[in-house]
Amino acid sequence: MAMENSSKALVYQNTKSKKSKKRRPTINKILFYLLLIGGASIMLIPFLWMVSTSLKPDGATMVLPPEFVPNEPTTQNYESVTQQFPMMRFLWNSIVVAVLTTIGQMVFSSMAAYAFARMQFRGRDKLFLLYLATMMVPTQVTMIPQFILIKQFGWLDSYPGLIIPTMFAVFGTFLMRQAMLGIPRELEEAAFMDGANHFQVFYRVCLPLIKPMLAALGIFTFMQSWNNFLWPLIVISNQELATLPLGLSLLQGRWATDWGLMMAGVVISVLPILIVYLFAQKYFIQGMTMSGMKE
Amino acid sequence: MVGMTRKKTFFWLCIFLLPNLLGFLTFIGAPIVSSLIISFTDWDLLGEMQFTGFENYIRLAQDPDFWVSFRNTIFFILGYIPLVLIFGLACALLLNKQMKFRAFFRATFFLPVITSWVAVSLVWKWLYNPEYGLINYALSIVGIDGPQWLSDPNTAMIGIILASAWKDIGFVMVLFLGGLQNISPSFYEAASIDGAGKARKLWNITIPLLAPTTFFVTIISLINSFQVFDQVMIMTGGGPGGSTEVMVQNIYNHAFRYFEMGYASAMSWVLFLVIFLFTWIQMKVQDRGVN
Repeated sequence: MAMENSSKALVYQNTKSKKSKKRRPTINKILFYLLLIGGASIMLIPFLWMVSTSLKPDGATMVLPPEFVPNEPTTQNYESVTQQFPMMRFLWNSIVVAVLTTIGQMVFSSMAAYAFARMQFRGRDKLFLLYLATMMVPTQVTMIPQFILIKQFGWLDSYPGLIIPTMFAVFGTFLMRQAMLGIPRELEEAAFMDGANHFQVFYRVCLPLIKPMLAALGIFTFMQSWNNFLWPLIVISNQELATLPLGLSLLQGRWATDWGLMMAGVVISVLPILIVYLFAQKYFIQGMTMSGMKE
Repeated sequence: MVGMTRKKTFFWLCIFLLPNLLGFLTFIGAPIVSSLIISFTDWDLLGEMQFTGFENYIRLAQDPDFWVSFRNTIFFILGYIPLVLIFGLACALLLNKQMKFRAFFRATFFLPVITSWVAVSLVWKWLYNPEYGLINYALSIVGIDGPQWLSDPNTAMIGIILASAWKDIGFVMVLFLGGLQNISPSFYEAASIDGAGKARKLWNITIPLLAPTTFFVTIISLINSFQVFDQVMIMTGGGPGGSTEVMVQNIYNHAFRYFEMGYASAMSWVLFLVIFLFTWIQMKVQDRGVN
Protein backbone atom coordinates (compact mmCIF):
# COMPACT_ATOMS: atom_id res chain seq x y z
CA MET A 1 0.00 0.00 0.00
CA ALA A 2 2.66 2.38 1.05
CA MET A 3 4.68 1.47 -1.97
CA GLU A 4 1.73 2.03 -4.23
CA ASN A 5 1.26 5.45 -2.71
CA SER A 6 4.83 6.42 -3.17
CA SER A 7 4.89 5.24 -6.75
CA LYS A 8 1.72 7.21 -7.35
CA ALA A 9 3.41 10.20 -5.86
CA LEU A 10 6.31 9.57 -8.17
CA VAL A 11 4.10 9.49 -11.21
CA TYR A 12 2.42 12.65 -10.03
CA GLN A 13 5.78 14.28 -9.54
CA ASN A 14 6.85 13.31 -13.01
CA THR A 15 3.74 14.60 -14.71
CA LYS A 16 3.89 17.77 -12.69
CA SER A 17 7.44 18.48 -13.60
CA LYS A 18 6.78 17.59 -17.22
CA LYS A 19 3.91 20.02 -17.39
CA SER A 20 5.82 22.90 -15.91
CA LYS A 21 8.90 22.08 -17.91
CA LYS A 22 7.22 23.22 -21.08
CA ARG A 23 6.95 26.82 -19.99
CA ARG A 24 9.57 27.40 -17.33
CA PRO A 25 12.73 26.19 -19.01
CA THR A 26 12.62 29.00 -21.54
CA ILE A 27 12.30 31.64 -18.83
CA ASN A 28 14.94 29.89 -16.75
CA LYS A 29 17.19 29.60 -19.71
CA ILE A 30 16.86 33.25 -20.61
CA LEU A 31 17.56 34.21 -16.99
CA PHE A 32 20.52 31.86 -16.91
CA TYR A 33 22.09 33.26 -20.04
CA LEU A 34 21.40 36.80 -18.89
CA LEU A 35 23.30 36.13 -15.68
CA LEU A 36 26.10 34.49 -17.59
CA ILE A 37 26.42 37.28 -20.12
CA GLY A 38 26.16 39.86 -17.36
CA GLY A 39 28.99 38.18 -15.47
CA ALA A 40 31.13 37.82 -18.57
CA SER A 41 30.56 41.51 -19.39
CA ILE A 42 31.77 42.57 -15.95
CA MET A 43 34.90 40.52 -16.55
CA LEU A 44 35.46 41.79 -20.10
CA ILE A 45 34.51 45.48 -19.93
CA PRO A 46 37.68 46.59 -18.09
CA PHE A 47 39.77 44.89 -20.78
CA LEU A 48 37.74 46.41 -23.62
CA TRP A 49 37.87 49.81 -21.95
CA MET A 50 41.64 49.43 -21.65
CA VAL A 51 42.00 48.74 -25.38
CA SER A 52 39.52 51.44 -26.34
CA THR A 53 41.30 54.07 -24.22
CA SER A 54 44.66 53.12 -25.66
CA LEU A 55 43.38 53.82 -29.19
CA LYS A 56 42.03 57.30 -28.47
CA PRO A 57 43.82 60.45 -29.60
CA ASP A 58 45.02 63.04 -27.10
CA GLY A 59 42.11 64.63 -25.28
CA ALA A 60 39.51 62.07 -26.33
CA THR A 61 39.94 60.17 -23.07
CA MET A 62 38.71 63.07 -20.95
CA VAL A 63 35.30 63.36 -22.54
CA LEU A 64 31.79 62.97 -21.17
CA PRO A 65 29.89 60.89 -22.06
CA PRO A 66 32.82 58.56 -22.73
CA GLU A 67 33.33 57.17 -26.23
CA PHE A 68 33.10 53.42 -25.94
CA VAL A 69 34.45 52.92 -29.42
CA PRO A 70 37.00 55.61 -30.28
CA ASN A 71 35.66 57.98 -32.93
CA GLU A 72 39.04 58.39 -34.53
CA PRO A 73 41.12 55.38 -33.52
CA THR A 74 44.84 56.00 -33.64
CA THR A 75 48.01 54.17 -32.73
CA GLN A 76 49.55 57.44 -31.56
CA ASN A 77 49.67 56.28 -27.92
CA TYR A 78 51.55 53.14 -28.83
CA GLU A 79 54.05 55.18 -30.79
CA SER A 80 54.61 57.68 -28.00
CA VAL A 81 54.84 55.10 -25.24
CA THR A 82 57.46 53.11 -27.11
CA GLN A 83 59.39 56.20 -28.20
CA GLN A 84 59.37 58.16 -24.96
CA PHE A 85 59.77 55.18 -22.74
CA PRO A 86 61.88 52.00 -23.09
CA MET A 87 58.72 49.89 -23.35
CA MET A 88 60.32 47.45 -25.79
CA ARG A 89 63.28 47.12 -23.48
CA PHE A 90 60.89 46.20 -20.60
CA LEU A 91 59.21 43.69 -22.88
CA TRP A 92 62.55 42.12 -23.74
CA ASN A 93 63.60 42.03 -20.07
CA SER A 94 60.32 40.36 -19.13
CA ILE A 95 60.76 37.74 -21.84
CA VAL A 96 64.34 36.95 -20.81
CA VAL A 97 63.49 36.77 -17.11
CA ALA A 98 60.30 34.73 -17.51
CA VAL A 99 61.81 32.26 -20.00
CA LEU A 100 65.00 31.64 -18.04
CA THR A 101 63.19 31.41 -14.71
CA THR A 102 60.77 28.90 -16.20
CA ILE A 103 63.50 26.75 -17.74
CA GLY A 104 65.52 26.81 -14.51
CA GLN A 105 62.54 25.97 -12.38
CA MET A 106 61.49 23.09 -14.63
CA VAL A 107 64.97 21.58 -14.85
CA PHE A 108 65.99 21.93 -11.21
CA SER A 109 62.70 20.91 -9.69
CA SER A 110 62.08 17.90 -11.91
CA MET A 111 65.62 16.64 -11.27
CA ALA A 112 65.37 17.08 -7.52
CA ALA A 113 61.92 15.51 -7.66
CA TYR A 114 63.43 12.46 -9.33
CA ALA A 115 65.89 12.12 -6.45
CA PHE A 116 63.11 12.53 -3.88
CA ALA A 117 60.63 10.23 -5.58
CA ARG A 118 62.70 7.56 -7.31
CA MET A 119 66.02 7.26 -5.46
CA GLN A 120 66.92 5.83 -2.08
CA PHE A 121 69.23 7.74 0.23
CA ARG A 122 69.64 8.40 3.91
CA GLY A 123 67.64 11.30 5.29
CA ARG A 124 65.57 11.63 2.13
CA ASP A 125 62.20 12.00 3.80
CA LYS A 126 63.52 14.33 6.47
CA LEU A 127 65.10 16.56 3.86
CA PHE A 128 61.88 16.68 1.88
CA LEU A 129 59.96 17.54 5.03
CA LEU A 130 62.33 20.46 5.47
CA TYR A 131 61.54 21.57 1.92
CA LEU A 132 57.83 21.35 2.66
CA ALA A 133 58.12 23.24 5.93
CA THR A 134 59.64 26.24 4.14
CA MET A 135 56.58 26.48 1.90
CA MET A 136 54.66 27.89 4.86
CA VAL A 137 57.03 30.83 5.14
CA PRO A 138 55.79 33.78 3.06
CA THR A 139 58.13 35.49 0.58
CA GLN A 140 58.05 38.63 2.71
CA VAL A 141 60.16 36.84 5.31
CA THR A 142 62.85 35.73 2.88
CA MET A 143 62.96 38.84 0.71
CA ILE A 144 65.10 40.93 3.08
CA PRO A 145 67.98 38.40 3.44
CA GLN A 146 67.61 37.56 -0.26
CA PHE A 147 68.11 41.22 -1.07
CA ILE A 148 71.20 41.36 1.16
CA LEU A 149 72.55 38.21 -0.46
CA ILE A 150 72.02 39.57 -3.96
CA LYS A 151 73.71 42.79 -2.93
CA GLN A 152 76.72 40.86 -1.63
CA PHE A 153 76.93 38.82 -4.84
CA GLY A 154 76.96 42.09 -6.75
CA TRP A 155 73.74 41.08 -8.50
CA LEU A 156 71.65 44.16 -7.80
CA ASP A 157 70.46 45.63 -11.09
CA SER A 158 71.26 42.52 -13.08
CA TYR A 159 69.54 39.61 -14.78
CA PRO A 160 71.03 37.01 -12.41
CA GLY A 161 69.62 38.98 -9.46
CA LEU A 162 66.18 38.94 -11.06
CA ILE A 163 66.28 35.34 -12.18
CA ILE A 164 68.35 33.04 -10.01
CA PRO A 165 66.69 33.46 -6.58
CA THR A 166 63.25 32.82 -8.09
CA MET A 167 64.24 29.56 -9.79
CA PHE A 168 64.23 27.50 -6.60
CA ALA A 169 60.64 27.84 -5.47
CA VAL A 170 59.88 24.71 -3.46
CA PHE A 171 56.43 24.42 -4.97
CA GLY A 172 57.94 23.12 -8.22
CA THR A 173 59.86 20.33 -6.51
CA PHE A 174 56.77 19.42 -4.51
CA LEU A 175 54.60 19.25 -7.60
CA MET A 176 57.07 17.24 -9.68
CA ARG A 177 57.70 14.80 -6.84
CA GLN A 178 53.96 14.29 -6.49
CA ALA A 179 53.73 13.53 -10.21
CA MET A 180 56.72 11.16 -10.19
CA LEU A 181 55.47 9.15 -7.23
CA GLY A 182 52.69 7.88 -9.47
CA ILE A 183 55.02 6.17 -11.95
CA PRO A 184 54.94 2.36 -11.59
CA ARG A 185 58.21 0.80 -10.44
CA GLU A 186 58.16 -1.87 -13.15
CA LEU A 187 58.74 0.71 -15.88
CA GLU A 188 62.03 1.93 -14.51
CA GLU A 189 63.12 -1.53 -13.41
CA ALA A 190 62.75 -2.72 -16.98
CA ALA A 191 64.86 0.20 -18.15
CA PHE A 192 67.57 -0.53 -15.56
CA MET A 193 67.59 -4.17 -16.70
CA ASP A 194 68.30 -2.95 -20.20
CA GLY A 195 71.36 -1.20 -18.84
CA ALA A 196 69.99 2.32 -18.62
CA ASN A 197 71.47 4.70 -16.06
CA HIS A 198 69.59 7.11 -13.81
CA PHE A 199 69.77 9.93 -16.29
CA GLN A 200 68.31 7.81 -19.07
CA VAL A 201 65.53 6.59 -16.80
CA PHE A 202 64.80 10.16 -15.75
CA TYR A 203 64.86 11.52 -19.28
CA ARG A 204 63.31 8.67 -21.24
CA VAL A 205 60.93 7.07 -18.74
CA CYS A 206 59.91 9.58 -16.10
CA LEU A 207 59.76 12.91 -17.94
CA PRO A 208 57.52 11.71 -20.78
CA LEU A 209 55.08 10.33 -18.23
CA ILE A 210 54.75 13.57 -16.28
CA LYS A 211 54.69 15.86 -19.31
CA PRO A 212 51.27 17.41 -18.59
CA MET A 213 52.27 18.24 -15.01
CA LEU A 214 55.58 19.63 -16.20
CA ALA A 215 53.76 21.79 -18.74
CA ALA A 216 51.40 23.07 -16.04
CA LEU A 217 54.35 23.92 -13.81
CA GLY A 218 56.11 25.66 -16.70
CA ILE A 219 53.09 27.78 -17.57
CA PHE A 220 52.45 28.60 -13.94
CA THR A 221 56.05 29.66 -13.37
CA PHE A 222 56.07 31.72 -16.54
CA MET A 223 52.95 33.55 -15.48
CA GLN A 224 54.23 34.18 -11.97
CA SER A 225 57.48 35.49 -13.31
CA TRP A 226 55.80 37.62 -15.98
CA ASN A 227 53.53 39.23 -13.40
CA ASN A 228 56.00 39.52 -10.54
CA PHE A 229 56.26 43.05 -9.20
CA LEU A 230 57.71 42.91 -5.68
CA TRP A 231 61.03 41.22 -6.47
CA PRO A 232 61.99 43.44 -9.44
CA LEU A 233 60.93 46.43 -7.35
CA ILE A 234 63.48 45.42 -4.73
CA VAL A 235 66.35 44.34 -6.99
CA ILE A 236 66.16 46.84 -9.86
CA SER A 237 66.77 50.56 -9.69
CA ASN A 238 68.22 50.98 -13.18
CA GLN A 239 65.30 51.63 -15.50
CA GLU A 240 67.01 49.77 -18.34
CA LEU A 241 66.60 46.49 -16.46
CA ALA A 242 62.98 46.86 -15.38
CA THR A 243 60.50 44.16 -16.31
CA LEU A 244 57.04 45.14 -17.55
CA PRO A 245 55.20 45.37 -14.20
CA LEU A 246 57.97 47.51 -12.72
CA GLY A 247 58.18 49.49 -15.96
CA LEU A 248 54.45 50.20 -15.84
CA SER A 249 54.75 51.49 -12.30
CA LEU A 250 57.53 53.82 -13.48
CA LEU A 251 55.34 54.88 -16.39
CA GLN A 252 52.63 55.72 -13.91
CA GLY A 253 55.04 57.91 -11.99
CA ARG A 254 55.79 59.93 -15.13
CA TRP A 255 52.50 60.18 -16.99
CA ALA A 256 49.96 59.64 -14.23
CA THR A 257 47.15 61.43 -16.05
CA ASP A 258 47.82 60.52 -19.67
CA TRP A 259 45.45 57.57 -19.63
CA GLY A 260 45.69 56.83 -23.33
CA LEU A 261 49.43 56.41 -23.04
CA MET A 262 49.17 54.40 -19.84
CA MET A 263 46.61 52.02 -21.28
CA ALA A 264 48.79 51.51 -24.35
CA GLY A 265 51.57 50.44 -21.98
CA VAL A 266 49.22 48.11 -20.13
CA VAL A 267 48.05 46.53 -23.39
CA ILE A 268 51.67 45.87 -24.39
CA SER A 269 52.27 44.16 -21.05
CA VAL A 270 49.10 42.05 -21.12
CA LEU A 271 49.18 40.96 -24.77
CA PRO A 272 52.03 38.39 -24.59
CA ILE A 273 50.63 36.52 -21.61
CA LEU A 274 47.19 36.65 -23.23
CA ILE A 275 48.55 34.98 -26.35
CA VAL A 276 50.19 32.24 -24.29
CA TYR A 277 46.90 31.85 -22.41
CA LEU A 278 44.90 31.39 -25.60
CA PHE A 279 47.11 28.51 -26.64
CA ALA A 280 47.62 26.85 -23.27
CA GLN A 281 44.46 27.67 -21.36
CA LYS A 282 44.16 24.19 -19.90
CA TYR A 283 47.61 24.37 -18.34
CA PHE A 284 46.98 27.81 -16.86
CA ILE A 285 43.88 26.61 -15.05
CA GLN A 286 45.59 23.40 -13.97
CA GLY A 287 48.66 25.27 -12.75
CA MET A 288 46.61 27.75 -10.75
CA THR A 289 44.46 25.02 -9.23
CA MET A 290 47.55 23.12 -8.16
CA SER A 291 49.09 26.24 -6.70
CA GLY A 292 46.26 26.15 -4.21
CA MET A 293 47.34 22.68 -3.18
CA LYS A 294 50.57 23.84 -1.62
CA GLU A 295 48.95 25.68 1.25
CA MET B 1 69.35 -1.64 -8.09
CA VAL B 2 71.06 -4.38 -9.97
CA GLY B 3 74.81 -4.22 -9.61
CA MET B 4 74.88 -0.58 -8.76
CA THR B 5 77.44 0.39 -6.19
CA ARG B 6 76.93 2.91 -3.45
CA LYS B 7 79.43 5.20 -5.03
CA LYS B 8 77.50 5.27 -8.26
CA THR B 9 74.27 6.08 -6.48
CA PHE B 10 76.01 8.92 -4.67
CA PHE B 11 77.27 10.24 -7.98
CA TRP B 12 73.79 10.31 -9.48
CA LEU B 13 72.34 11.80 -6.33
CA CYS B 14 74.80 14.68 -6.62
CA ILE B 15 73.76 15.29 -10.19
CA PHE B 16 70.04 15.23 -9.53
CA LEU B 17 69.72 16.77 -6.12
CA LEU B 18 72.70 19.02 -5.60
CA PRO B 19 71.81 21.93 -7.92
CA ASN B 20 68.37 22.27 -6.41
CA LEU B 21 69.60 21.68 -2.86
CA LEU B 22 72.28 24.36 -3.16
CA GLY B 23 69.77 26.84 -4.54
CA PHE B 24 67.29 25.91 -1.86
CA LEU B 25 69.79 26.32 0.96
CA THR B 26 71.17 29.59 -0.42
CA PHE B 27 67.97 31.36 -1.43
CA ILE B 28 65.38 29.86 0.90
CA GLY B 29 66.93 27.99 3.83
CA ALA B 30 69.63 30.50 4.76
CA PRO B 31 67.37 33.54 4.29
CA ILE B 32 64.75 32.10 6.62
CA VAL B 33 67.30 31.50 9.36
CA SER B 34 69.04 34.84 8.89
CA SER B 35 65.75 36.71 8.76
CA LEU B 36 64.94 35.36 12.21
CA ILE B 37 68.35 36.41 13.50
CA ILE B 38 68.14 39.87 11.90
CA SER B 39 64.77 40.40 13.55
CA PHE B 40 66.56 40.46 16.93
CA THR B 41 69.05 43.14 15.81
CA ASP B 42 69.00 46.82 14.93
CA TRP B 43 70.74 46.34 11.60
CA ASP B 44 70.46 49.19 9.10
CA LEU B 45 72.48 47.62 6.23
CA LEU B 46 75.48 49.89 6.86
CA GLY B 47 76.46 49.90 10.53
CA GLU B 48 77.39 47.09 12.86
CA MET B 49 74.73 44.56 13.67
CA GLN B 50 73.78 44.76 17.34
CA PHE B 51 71.59 42.33 19.15
CA THR B 52 68.74 44.09 20.79
CA GLY B 53 66.77 41.12 22.05
CA PHE B 54 63.03 41.52 21.71
CA GLU B 55 63.21 45.26 21.23
CA ASN B 56 61.90 45.17 17.66
CA TYR B 57 58.95 43.07 18.70
CA ILE B 58 58.18 45.34 21.65
CA ARG B 59 58.42 48.38 19.40
CA LEU B 60 56.08 46.64 16.97
CA ALA B 61 53.43 46.09 19.63
CA GLN B 62 53.51 49.80 20.45
CA ASP B 63 53.81 51.12 16.90
CA PRO B 64 50.54 52.79 15.91
CA ASP B 65 51.49 52.57 12.19
CA PHE B 66 51.82 48.83 12.47
CA TRP B 67 48.38 48.54 14.04
CA VAL B 68 46.90 50.80 11.39
CA SER B 69 48.33 48.57 8.68
CA PHE B 70 47.09 45.49 10.54
CA ARG B 71 43.61 46.96 10.86
CA ASN B 72 43.57 47.96 7.19
CA THR B 73 44.63 44.47 6.16
CA ILE B 74 41.84 42.96 8.26
CA PHE B 75 39.37 45.41 6.73
CA PHE B 76 40.54 44.35 3.28
CA ILE B 77 40.10 40.69 4.17
CA LEU B 78 36.64 41.18 5.64
CA GLY B 79 35.47 42.78 2.41
CA TYR B 80 37.41 40.65 -0.03
CA ILE B 81 36.78 37.11 1.28
CA PRO B 82 32.95 37.16 1.28
CA LEU B 83 32.95 38.74 -2.19
CA VAL B 84 35.23 36.16 -3.80
CA LEU B 85 33.51 33.28 -2.04
CA ILE B 86 29.96 34.29 -2.99
CA PHE B 87 30.70 35.35 -6.55
CA GLY B 88 33.25 32.61 -7.11
CA LEU B 89 30.67 30.02 -6.08
CA ALA B 90 27.95 31.70 -8.14
CA CYS B 91 30.14 31.63 -11.25
CA ALA B 92 31.06 28.01 -10.61
CA LEU B 93 27.37 27.06 -10.31
CA LEU B 94 26.59 28.88 -13.54
CA LEU B 95 29.43 27.26 -15.43
CA ASN B 96 28.88 23.78 -14.02
CA LYS B 97 25.97 23.23 -16.40
CA GLN B 98 26.03 21.96 -19.92
CA MET B 99 25.71 24.93 -22.21
CA LYS B 100 26.81 26.56 -25.39
CA PHE B 101 30.11 28.44 -25.35
CA ARG B 102 31.01 27.01 -21.95
CA ALA B 103 34.73 27.08 -22.75
CA PHE B 104 34.43 30.70 -23.85
CA PHE B 105 32.73 31.75 -20.63
CA ARG B 106 35.18 29.88 -18.46
CA ALA B 107 38.10 31.46 -20.27
CA THR B 108 36.51 34.90 -19.86
CA PHE B 109 35.99 34.55 -16.11
CA PHE B 110 39.55 33.34 -15.75
CA LEU B 111 41.05 36.15 -17.83
CA PRO B 112 41.74 38.57 -14.94
CA VAL B 113 43.54 35.80 -13.03
CA ILE B 114 46.33 35.57 -15.60
CA THR B 115 46.74 39.34 -15.86
CA SER B 116 49.37 41.00 -13.68
CA TRP B 117 48.33 42.91 -10.58
CA VAL B 118 50.06 45.98 -11.90
CA ALA B 119 48.08 45.93 -15.14
CA VAL B 120 44.78 45.29 -13.37
CA SER B 121 45.47 48.04 -10.84
CA LEU B 122 46.21 50.60 -13.54
CA VAL B 123 43.07 49.73 -15.50
CA TRP B 124 40.95 49.96 -12.35
CA LYS B 125 42.55 53.19 -11.35
CA TRP B 126 41.35 54.58 -14.64
CA LEU B 127 37.90 53.02 -14.16
CA TYR B 128 37.72 54.70 -10.73
CA ASN B 129 38.70 58.12 -12.08
CA PRO B 130 36.14 60.38 -10.34
CA GLU B 131 35.49 62.62 -13.35
CA TYR B 132 36.06 60.55 -16.48
CA GLY B 133 36.08 57.01 -15.13
CA LEU B 134 33.62 54.47 -16.41
CA ILE B 135 32.32 53.54 -12.98
CA ASN B 136 31.18 56.99 -11.94
CA TYR B 137 29.76 57.51 -15.42
CA ALA B 138 27.71 54.32 -15.02
CA LEU B 139 26.58 55.51 -11.58
CA SER B 140 25.61 58.90 -12.98
CA ILE B 141 23.31 57.21 -15.52
CA VAL B 142 21.26 55.76 -12.69
CA GLY B 143 21.35 59.11 -10.91
CA ILE B 144 24.02 58.39 -8.32
CA ASP B 145 26.73 60.93 -7.69
CA GLY B 146 29.76 58.63 -7.57
CA PRO B 147 32.33 58.95 -4.77
CA GLN B 148 35.93 60.08 -5.18
CA TRP B 149 36.96 56.42 -4.84
CA LEU B 150 40.73 56.11 -4.48
CA SER B 151 41.30 59.70 -3.40
CA ASP B 152 38.79 59.55 -0.56
CA PRO B 153 40.01 57.83 2.65
CA ASN B 154 36.50 56.44 3.20
CA THR B 155 36.21 54.68 -0.14
CA ALA B 156 39.82 53.96 -1.16
CA MET B 157 40.00 50.57 0.51
CA ILE B 158 36.57 49.64 -0.82
CA GLY B 159 37.87 50.43 -4.30
CA ILE B 160 40.88 48.16 -3.76
CA ILE B 161 38.64 45.39 -2.40
CA LEU B 162 36.30 45.49 -5.42
CA ALA B 163 39.17 45.42 -7.92
CA SER B 164 40.87 42.57 -6.03
CA ALA B 165 37.68 40.53 -5.89
CA TRP B 166 37.15 41.11 -9.62
CA LYS B 167 40.61 39.75 -10.32
CA ASP B 168 40.38 36.65 -8.13
CA ILE B 169 36.80 35.48 -8.69
CA GLY B 170 37.93 33.34 -11.62
CA PHE B 171 40.52 31.59 -9.46
CA VAL B 172 38.00 30.80 -6.73
CA MET B 173 35.52 29.71 -9.40
CA VAL B 174 37.95 27.15 -10.79
CA LEU B 175 38.52 25.69 -7.31
CA PHE B 176 34.76 25.50 -6.71
CA LEU B 177 34.24 23.88 -10.12
CA GLY B 178 36.65 21.17 -9.01
CA GLY B 179 34.63 20.69 -5.82
CA LEU B 180 31.34 20.56 -7.71
CA GLN B 181 32.64 17.86 -10.01
CA ASN B 182 33.29 15.68 -6.96
CA ILE B 183 29.65 15.67 -5.91
CA SER B 184 28.04 12.49 -7.14
CA PRO B 185 24.97 13.10 -9.36
CA SER B 186 23.12 10.39 -7.43
CA PHE B 187 22.54 12.88 -4.60
CA TYR B 188 20.67 15.17 -6.96
CA GLU B 189 18.71 12.29 -8.48
CA ALA B 190 17.62 11.16 -5.04
CA ALA B 191 16.60 14.70 -4.17
CA SER B 192 14.61 15.05 -7.40
CA ILE B 193 12.67 11.92 -6.54
CA ASP B 194 11.90 13.46 -3.18
CA GLY B 195 10.57 16.46 -5.03
CA ALA B 196 13.25 18.93 -4.00
CA GLY B 197 13.41 22.11 -6.05
CA LYS B 198 16.52 23.83 -7.28
CA ALA B 199 16.88 26.11 -4.27
CA ARG B 200 16.45 23.18 -1.86
CA LYS B 201 19.06 21.16 -3.74
CA LEU B 202 21.51 24.04 -3.61
CA TRP B 203 20.93 24.61 0.09
CA ASN B 204 20.70 20.97 1.23
CA ILE B 205 23.12 19.19 -1.08
CA THR B 206 25.50 21.45 -2.94
CA ILE B 207 26.51 23.81 -0.15
CA PRO B 208 26.98 21.16 2.59
CA LEU B 209 28.89 18.83 0.27
CA LEU B 210 31.06 21.70 -0.93
CA ALA B 211 32.07 22.51 2.65
CA PRO B 212 35.60 21.04 2.35
CA THR B 213 36.23 23.07 -0.82
CA THR B 214 34.78 26.20 0.74
CA PHE B 215 36.99 25.76 3.77
CA PHE B 216 40.05 25.19 1.62
CA VAL B 217 39.29 28.21 -0.58
CA THR B 218 38.72 30.40 2.47
CA ILE B 219 42.06 29.46 4.00
CA ILE B 220 43.97 30.02 0.75
CA SER B 221 42.27 33.35 0.22
CA LEU B 222 43.05 34.35 3.80
CA ILE B 223 46.71 33.46 3.41
CA ASN B 224 46.92 35.30 0.10
CA SER B 225 45.09 38.36 1.29
CA PHE B 226 47.31 38.87 4.32
CA GLN B 227 50.04 39.36 1.72
CA VAL B 228 48.10 41.96 -0.29
CA PHE B 229 50.60 44.46 -1.71
CA ASP B 230 50.85 45.07 -5.49
CA GLN B 231 47.40 46.56 -5.99
CA VAL B 232 47.76 48.86 -2.98
CA MET B 233 51.18 50.02 -4.11
CA ILE B 234 49.91 50.89 -7.59
CA MET B 235 46.40 52.15 -6.88
CA THR B 236 46.94 54.27 -3.78
CA GLY B 237 50.48 53.81 -2.48
CA GLY B 238 48.91 53.39 0.96
CA GLY B 239 47.06 56.68 0.88
CA PRO B 240 45.10 58.81 1.16
CA GLY B 241 46.21 59.52 4.70
CA GLY B 242 47.39 55.97 5.32
CA SER B 243 43.84 54.68 4.87
CA THR B 244 45.00 51.79 2.65
CA GLU B 245 48.42 51.09 4.14
CA VAL B 246 48.69 47.30 4.53
CA MET B 247 51.07 45.01 6.39
CA VAL B 248 53.39 44.04 3.53
CA GLN B 249 53.68 47.64 2.46
CA ASN B 250 54.73 48.53 5.97
CA ILE B 251 57.39 45.81 5.81
CA TYR B 252 58.53 47.05 2.40
CA ASN B 253 58.78 50.66 3.57
CA HIS B 254 60.75 49.87 6.68
CA ALA B 255 63.11 47.55 4.82
CA PHE B 256 63.72 49.33 1.54
CA ARG B 257 62.91 52.96 2.27
CA TYR B 258 64.13 53.44 5.85
CA PHE B 259 66.59 50.49 5.77
CA GLU B 260 65.47 49.25 9.17
CA MET B 261 66.22 45.64 8.33
CA GLY B 262 65.84 44.41 11.90
CA TYR B 263 62.49 46.03 12.45
CA ALA B 264 61.16 45.01 9.02
CA SER B 265 62.25 41.41 9.63
CA ALA B 266 60.44 41.36 12.95
CA MET B 267 57.31 42.55 11.14
CA SER B 268 57.66 39.84 8.54
CA TRP B 269 57.79 37.20 11.28
CA VAL B 270 54.61 38.54 12.78
CA LEU B 271 53.07 38.18 9.33
CA PHE B 272 54.40 34.64 9.22
CA LEU B 273 52.82 33.85 12.59
CA VAL B 274 49.43 35.07 11.43
CA ILE B 275 49.67 33.04 8.22
CA PHE B 276 50.98 30.02 10.10
CA LEU B 277 48.01 30.15 12.43
CA PHE B 278 45.65 29.66 9.49
CA THR B 279 47.83 26.98 7.89
CA TRP B 280 47.83 25.17 11.22
CA ILE B 281 44.05 25.38 11.55
CA GLN B 282 43.73 23.98 8.05
CA MET B 283 46.05 21.07 8.78
CA LYS B 284 44.15 20.24 11.99
CA VAL B 285 40.80 20.28 10.23
CA GLN B 286 42.13 18.25 7.31
CA ASP B 287 43.52 15.60 9.65
CA ARG B 288 40.15 15.30 11.30
CA GLY B 289 38.51 15.02 7.89
CA VAL B 290 40.71 12.07 6.97
CA ASN B 291 40.12 10.12 10.17
